[in-house]
Amino acid sequence: MNSTILIAVVAMFAIGITAAIIIYIVAQKFKVIENPLIDEVVELLPGAHCGGCGYPGCRALAETMVKRGSLENLNCPVGGKEVMGQIAALMGLVAEEKEPMIAVLRCSGSKLHAPDKVLYEGASSCSFLHQLNVGESGCPYGCLGQGDCVFSCKFDAIVIDDKTGLPVIDNEKCVACGACVKACPRQIIEIRFKGKKDRRIYVSCVNKEKGGIARKNCTVACIGCGKCVKICPFEAITMENNLAYIDFEKCKLCRKCVKECPTNAIAELNFPVIKEKAQPNTEVQA
Amino acid sequence: MKTFKLGGIHPEENKISAQQPIEVVPIPKTVFIPVSQHLGAPAKPIVEKGEVVKTGQLIAKGEGFISANVHSSVSGTVQKVEEIVDYSGYRRLSIVIDTNGDEWMDTIDRTTTLKKECTLDSKAIVDKINEMGIVGMGGATFPSYVKLNVPQGHKAEYLLINGVECEPYLTSDHRLMLEKGREIMVGITILMKALMVTKAMIGIENNKKDAFQLMTDLAAEFQDITVHTLKVKYPQGAEKQLIKALINREVPSGKLPIEVGCVVHNVGTAFAVYEAIQKNKPLFERIVTVTGKSIKKPSNLLARVGTSISDLIAMTGGLPDDSGKIISGGPMMGRALSNADAPITKGTSGILVMTEKESKRVPVLNCIRCGRCVTVCAMGLEPFLLAKLAENKVWEEAEAEHIMDCMECGSCQYTCPSGRPLLDHVRVGKFEVAKIIRTRKN
Repeated sequence: MNSTILIAVVAMFAIGITAAIIIYIVAQKFKVIENPLIDEVVELLPGAHCGGCGYPGCRALAETMVKRGSLENLNCPVGGKEVMGQIAALMGLVAEEKEPMIAVLRCSGSKLHAPDKVLYEGASSCSFLHQLNVGESGCPYGCLGQGDCVFSCKFDAIVIDDKTGLPVIDNEKCVACGACVKACPRQIIEIRFKGKKDRRIYVSCVNKEKGGIARKNCTVACIGCGKCVKICPFEAITMENNLAYIDFEKCKLCRKCVKECPTNAIAELNFPVIKEKAQPNTEVQA
Repeated sequence: MKTFKLGGIHPEENKISAQQPIEVVPIPKTVFIPVSQHLGAPAKPIVEKGEVVKTGQLIAKGEGFISANVHSSVSGTVQKVEEIVDYSGYRRLSIVIDTNGDEWMDTIDRTTTLKKECTLDSKAIVDKINEMGIVGMGGATFPSYVKLNVPQGHKAEYLLINGVECEPYLTSDHRLMLEKGREIMVGITILMKALMVTKAMIGIENNKKDAFQLMTDLAAEFQDITVHTLKVKYPQGAEKQLIKALINREVPSGKLPIEVGCVVHNVGTAFAVYEAIQKNKPLFERIVTVTGKSIKKPSNLLARVGTSISDLIAMTGGLPDDSGKIISGGPMMGRALSNADAPITKGTSGILVMTEKESKRVPVLNCIRCGRCVTVCAMGLEPFLLAKLAENKVWEEAEAEHIMDCMECGSCQYTCPSGRPLLDHVRVGKFEVAKIIRTRKN
């Protein structure tokens, strides 16, 4: 009986030692040698894994940064200037000066300006409504208000305003990751400069129909008249397919186009109020 | 009684217009003819503003392999070729014609005597069907000549004729069989010749006993056509379910009926083929069932393509006060209109006015995993899973779970006790997955 137990114990011991040796050999043979710097960069990054940098997750961005040994064209919009500065210091590099960006909803077709002509009661999905029907306001390019952008935002930066029926983008929370841009089936949201003192000017319309038709559905539609193009002293505005567009890199925020627009289609955010004209679109913005 | 085995539901039939004989709608002052009334590429207009056209004249030519010609349904002057708001609220290119009298093309034979003999050969029949702009009249509007072009390596054994009309409320096919049964039979023989098959089977649901009796009697005068009664179950009229019920064969996922040696055509299409081949009449009018619980006079109306839906509703006594929704098609697969002035097209089988009470949507609750949707799915899918994947935008897994096999019949959404919009989500999923498949092919 004693010898049985002894044999059992020795056998188990021998199996254990063999297994340990195999594991050690395998671990050594298949060891992945990684630059420890990658882990340090991951520690600095916010860990939201939102994809705003264009890479699948924070670790992927860290790997790219370390492998390339440079921060050129690499930017974490969530961490922003602060985090990029820290990473640059860690890697012994200089971070690029990036202009802060924000998501902008280019539509002012609220319940007031573009009233509902029909009632939609289906699934709360902009992509579904877009392929089914033109939408409650009748404008084929306008915001449908079902909230695909809200659903896509991982930073709680978008909510639908019940009064207007339009999404409102929070000035502080938005990190310009681009998720809402991809989610919108009508490509209404655009990533633009946040602007000095958070001031920005943009054409709040993406309707490409002829002016008369566009105006039937929405009173603040861009009718493609071209007056803004003519008045801009910096040639920042172009017209294509009955729709004006302001290039945010050229715009100097002089506000001339806002006054000139006959339908109040151009929105200006966070500016001091001008007394002469009735307020255009500040009601629907954040 | 023959039926399909998997899934299915039995909604209230509401065939309230079944006894109404076909009435002709007077020609309106203006018609709006869309250039895309079929699946595939839109037709290209070949007329201009100011041109004078005759009834039956070619006004838009089909472009590409899957397309169809469009013919004028009236005689008059072309007012404009412009984008007009259709039933979905979007603008689509249409040819607008101010009517003047009703002068038909000389080539069309307007007599009503039955012409049984067809002297054309198979290829000539298929070409003529293409020329005359014939599309699937069941509502799918697939260009019919494409189905008759049997691809290499396949052979057609059966021609199956769909006289099922499983959608509640719709009765246009029923009336067509009762009033034009002989013409339909000749149309079927022509289709058999085009496909070079010797066997044709007509399927009719058991709630149309008079049509079944009549068609059975008529079939005796023709060779190789048999008529079969089918259990009343939605969606018996779907082609894959019809094939399973009539010849007990299953079309593999992603493939067409020709894979199992058959081609399916609607009775309305067979009738249109008769008129096209024997009377040189292109497709420019069809029977539309205008119905609804509050409609004063539910009717089956023969309307010219391009007539406004509001004109048809006016003929049945006008829009009732308690109207909630106007649907183009049936209550299961139809589309709600946001514009009642939209025109009738080749595929408009019915206009259903639902009362406010009927239109009420139930509140959406959570999925309770009861599995009813799985039980009723006629394609053997798991609607609760597909809807969840689509809602959360997990497209690759949705494709792997065969979301593209869904035929959008609506049985799942109808059955769900939590009122979940299953079909709505699956439709979004199908749209996105189709985009992914297209980019993958390129």
